[in-house]
Amino acid sequence: MKQFLYFGAFALWIVMIAATPLLADNYTIRVAISIAMFSAMAVSWNFIGGFTGYPSFSTAAFFGLGCYAGALAQRNGVPLVLAWVFATLFVAVFAAMLGAIILRLKGHYFAIGSIAIVDLARLITSSWGSLTGGGDGLNVPLLQGTPQEVSALVLYVMLAILIVAFLTSIYVDRSRLGFGLKCISQNEDAADMVGVNTTSFKIVAYTLSAVFCGAIGAVYASWVGYIDPTDSFSILLTLKVPVMVLLGGAGTLLGPVLGAGVFVLLEEVFWANFLEWNRAILGGIIVFQIFFLPNGLLKIQYRTLFRKLMNKLAEAPKPAEKSS
Amino acid sequence: MDIIQILLNGIVLGSLYACIAIGFSLVWGVLNIINMLHGSFIILGGYLAFFAWQYSHINPIFLLPIIATLLFGLGYLLQYFFINKVVMSPVLTTLTLTFGLDMILYNLMTVFFTATPRRVTLDLGSLNLGDMYLPVDRLLGMGLALLLTGLLFLVMRASKIGRAIVAVRMDRQAATLMGIRVNNVYAITFGIGAFMAGAAGVIFSLVFPITTNLTGTFLGKAFVICVIGGLGSVPGALIGGIALGLIESFAGYTIGPQNATTVGFVLMLFLLIVRPTGLVGVKGYE
Repeated sequence: MKQFLYFGAFALWIVMIAATPLLADNYTIRVAISIAMFSAMAVSWNFIGGFTGYPSFSTAAFFGLGCYAGALAQRNGVPLVLAWVFATLFVAVFAAMLGAIILRLKGHYFAIGSIAIVDLARLITSSWGSLTGGGDGLNVPLLQGTPQEVSALVLYVMLAILIVAFLTSIYVDRSRLGFGLKCISQNEDAADMVGVNTTSFKIVAYTLSAVFCGAIGAVYASWVGYIDPTDSFSILLTLKVPVMVLLGGAGTLLGPVLGAGVFVLLEEVFWANFLEWNRAILGGIIVFQIFFLPNGLLKIQYRTLFRKLMNKLAEAPKPAEKSS
Repeated sequence: MDIIQILLNGIVLGSLYACIAIGFSLVWGVLNIINMLHGSFIILGGYLAFFAWQYSHINPIFLLPIIATLLFGLGYLLQYFFINKVVMSPVLTTLTLTFGLDMILYNLMTVFFTATPRRVTLDLGSLNLGDMYLPVDRLLGMGLALLLTGLLFLVMRASKIGRAIVAVRMDRQAATLMGIRVNNVYAITFGIGAFMAGAAGVIFSLVFPITTNLTGTFLGKAFVICVIGGLGSVPGALIGGIALGLIESFAGYTIGPQNATTVGFVLMLFLLIVRPTGLVGVKGYE
């Protein structure tokens, strides 16, 4: 019953986002695209960070590689949709190969290694000027159509990626794979002992965490029409996505979507009103969340919270009566 | 270019790198925290040095103890009131928290100091030995960096607080039972990390232009050096720093300066996988 409620809420949310091109102005559509984009990346990250419990910070590397793979394929004459598919596959293969190497690390070393991947990808992209245009960036062929049509198309493609990612996460959650990943999250050695093939499970989770980011990156590159190494491989992005998942609730199905939605909306409000302090406010949200929402928005016991609040309100006047 | 010149450049750069990484390594080794604030601490130290120098025209070298002590205070307070609360949590939580704090500090710096590159120019000239060329400000920076590193080594080895830090690193619970106030030791350790970062920032402002955009670069260097040298020892950070300085210097000469940083990162990933304890992998701050 509760599950139906949750999935109903998800479906309603998707419908609301999908309806923006019909009802709202361009700015709202842009926000809707951001929400779909970050939700898809958050759902992806959840495979490795939420289910498996590995502190992976390589999201931006996959996103950026997706951007560049899609853009370069298009510039070399590959049709649009094929270029997106190519970028997705390229990132998947890259992540699987990288995972086989880097997943031998644990804890802090894994975190550092995965951040270093982002730095390394950016440095190589910047210095390999003949292929990637270096620091000057790369122009990507623009999508055909009026601005409204383009943003509607981008929105629907991103939403489609989000839905596929979400369905995959439901499937993984209920399958043997998901069970194994949760075992790894609790105790990797014990999981290994009882027969979970930890190495291949982790590689699958890592690849899943990359593949949707790659697809999103390719579509994003076509949408904005220009990419450069600093924006594509940004450390801020690589930390923002885990923060969104933590905000919603790591390891849950709906947490990433909820967290990404809340975070993007908050970010828009702060961009609009406190441009200069935007970064500090986001930092403040992160600090607040670590201390007050350690398990995310989904895990709050709203009923207990409400009861506590009511009790407090009911108790409050009593001391006043006594003293008077 | 002469090979000796490259070697010298590498060693000078490497000593500065060691000074950057040593506080980061201490915090990681003792508190088990990846301190994303480290880059911003360095830049903050550099900015404070620049503005203090601009207003008072006192040589920043004399201001270094004051600025570094200010950063010690900042680090102590941050650790005592924020990071101590989650210090036992998994790396995801602690890293994210320090990153959140870093975003706040970064924003404050860009608002109050703006991102214009600034440099303390002392015009000390340069030493010419034969056909080698060594700017005096760099030599001075190297001397200071090595001095600070040596001092930290002595503090860790001989002072009461240094021994307490080593004890907490070895066994937190046993240290508590021996009457060490662990939270206080953690805060002091983080403070020392910030102190070293601030001092490194002052030194850097003498040698390179300082801007907020460099925080990520410095942080990346600290990662690489910690992995090369191994965590949790002063000699490790020193060796890691000088190794990275030499590697970048030689790589810059052979395959171009734009690729020098890349080589460092590749080496780091390689070492992470092959030998995650680093070249000088010792167990504690003995």
